[in-house]
Amino acid sequence: MAKNDIKVALIGNPNTGKTSLFNQLTGLTQKVGNYPGVTVDKKKGTCKLSATQNAVITDLPGTYSINPTSIDESIVLKTLLKKDIKESPDVILVVADVENLKRNLLLFSQIKDLEIPTVLAINMVDQMNRKGISIDLTALKEELNTEVVLISARKNQGIKNVKDAIIKCHVAAKASPMCDANYKIDPEYFDKLKAINPNFSLYELWLMVTQKNFPAAISKKEKEQLLSFNKDVSRLKKYQHKETIYRYQEINKVLKKTYIVDKSKATDLRSKLDKVFTHRIFGYFIFLAVLLLIFQSIFDWSSLPMDLIDTTFAELSDFARNNLPMGILSDLIVEGIIPGIGGVIIFIPQIAILFLFIAVLEETGYMSRVVFLMDKIMRRFGMNGKSIIPLISGTACAIPAIMATRTISSWKERLITILVVPFTTCSARLPVYAILISLIIPNTKIFGFYNLQAFTLLMLYALGFVTAILAAYILQKTLKIKSNSFFVVEMPNYKLPSIKNVAFDVLEKTKAFVFGAGKIILALSVVLWFLASNGPKSYKNAAENVTNNIENSQLSAAELQQKIGSVKLENSYIGIMGKSIEPAIKPLGYDWKVGIALITSFAAREVFVGTLATIYSVEADDENTTTIKEKMRSEINPETGKKRFNFPAGMSLLVFYAFAMQCMATLAIVKRETKTWKWPLIQLFGMTGLAYICSLIVYQILS
Amino acid sequence: MNTIATLRKGEIGYISEGALEFIPLKLLEMGCLPGAEVELIQIAPLKDPLYICVNGSHLAIRKEAASQIQILKSEF
Repeated sequence: MAKNDIKVALIGNPNTGKTSLFNQLTGLTQKVGNYPGVTVDKKKGTCKLSATQNAVITDLPGTYSINPTSIDESIVLKTLLKKDIKESPDVILVVADVENLKRNLLLFSQIKDLEIPTVLAINMVDQMNRKGISIDLTALKEELNTEVVLISARKNQGIKNVKDAIIKCHVAAKASPMCDANYKIDPEYFDKLKAINPNFSLYELWLMVTQKNFPAAISKKEKEQLLSFNKDVSRLKKYQHKETIYRYQEINKVLKKTYIVDKSKATDLRSKLDKVFTHRIFGYFIFLAVLLLIFQSIFDWSSLPMDLIDTTFAELSDFARNNLPMGILSDLIVEGIIPGIGGVIIFIPQIAILFLFIAVLEETGYMSRVVFLMDKIMRRFGMNGKSIIPLISGTACAIPAIMATRTISSWKERLITILVVPFTTCSARLPVYAILISLIIPNTKIFGFYNLQAFTLLMLYALGFVTAILAAYILQKTLKIKSNSFFVVEMPNYKLPSIKNVAFDVLEKTKAFVFGAGKIILALSVVLWFLASNGPKSYKNAAENVTNNIENSQLSAAELQQKIGSVKLENSYIGIMGKSIEPAIKPLGYDWKVGIALITSFAAREVFVGTLATIYSVEADDENTTTIKEKMRSEINPETGKKRFNFPAGMSLLVFYAFAMQCMATLAIVKRETKTWKWPLIQLFGMTGLAYICSLIVYQILS
Repeated sequence: MNTIATLRKGEIGYISEGALEFIPLKLLEMGCLPGAEVELIQIAPLKDPLYICVNGSHLAIRKEAASQIQILKSEF
């Protein structure tokens, strides 16, 4: 960022097209700040305002007011209260929806009282005729005492005017309060408040009192003085209410002179669509159909790119192996880093498709209707209508799902949602399920047409979802958290989704997954590679011992190499770890080899298959999956003389993978979102404990 | 006592002046002000939440909050 760039903060109510405007202004220059730290989740981009002037635009989360009720909204307050001087904006660009101008101006009036230069962009003006709205722009500018522009962000109209207005506003730097509502409520009280620190506007001081949020420039003594205003809570609340009423009175005065709606001209698509989408029967059917469509598409559309990624990385590994000089570094690249990156990339198709659907559902306004339909049901289980979005996202990956809980304003409901999301069947469980199901479930049809294997997979999805719901119910009864936050959801107008917005959204969330979770998965793959390729003396002598063993003299060269690999793994550090946990997992029907796979699964669950492939000394590429399966099928449990992966042990493993918390990346995200290790540790021990007990019961009953 | 929660589907009421202290700040900020016209658009299948239109804002709120907000029904 150059020194003379104008810092612009973009603010507006949700559903005003704020994102469209941001995308138009910044295009591909946008970057998401520090994934996924709660306080710095801001999108930034640069914009060329004129030939000589650039602006850095920060997109703040949508909010109805500066008084925050959710984590998302508190970011807005923190930015505006100049917590960090470097970040404080020079100009604020408020986006408003032409149809809901009155409500949008409430936020505008609050911003204006902060006494920062402000531009008002009234969006979706292409709808004015259809809605019977007319605006006197000159009068409105005068009344609001600021730059006002009419735009249609989706149609890319008026963007030039926005840029000009920002420059004009920055040069004039005029920043007068709009209402100064507070003075009129109780002049004496607010005079005292203002006297505390004259460098801040009265409204800023008032926000510090009501929100207990203090910028660095406030001294300790001033902070105490401000907090003394906070003692009389009922008075504070009364004044906040009065302030809001007063603001609306002022806004009504302004709009009376400048804004006319002729209702007779308005056409109403909304009520017709609402009748169908929120219908007590059709509403649920449509939602169910949408869900089925999403799942179907995730599996159908992603199989081709996933296969492609899989083979590409296998080839890349081979290529590196053949072309790099022998040595520890190339081992690290070939066996640690390349498969590690491949393990992250392979999830991109499924995750991107899921986010595509979620973005479309949100853009069209349908998601709010789902929240409306599901709220009462979810509430019985301690969650919130908004929890449905994380629970659906969880079927791709728990990480973005946990990030999606930020819009839930009740802390208890949000926490419960975060804690139960990892029970939903994420895409990393699929390869594990697939191989185990094919081993223990016969490929026959039930009811004459339904494939039993597919049915088992469906049941595992249901198991994950039902467990999530039940866990939520138990948490609701046991967690002693007081949270009396208020539930309100805006039901926006139905819109066709904008391709640009959807594309940017999918890109951003997928990037967040790759760079957030990906880093951890990659790092762990490297650690696991190290543990699997190093060991004490018995590891180093493995090759020698195997070659010198007379039993092995009949083996071909290739078989001998495989045997060496297998013995090496057994004697590596990770093999030793697997052996040391064997007593604990024996009652579940597993041996040390499965134990190793359980340990490596903490990097990412799907590593299970690759690890077993290494242990059973076969190459883990596509052509050989049957070989892995065959090896697993023929593996014998020496104590019982039966197959290792028989029905009881297989079922026990399936149950273990359904319940256990085996994802470091998720734990890291939960830590960041809840700001303490308490909750991720509860997840780790609670879920894994549950998995252990259930697998134990399953194995003991079945065997 | 008439509240938003006692409205029937499609019915219109006016928020009482005395309701101010019972309206959560967030709702107030979204346009749910004393004197404002409020229409009940839709009731969710399990009788909760309620879908209302007030002061041009289309909102879903829970019954619990709606039953705190007194209204006057129009006599006409």
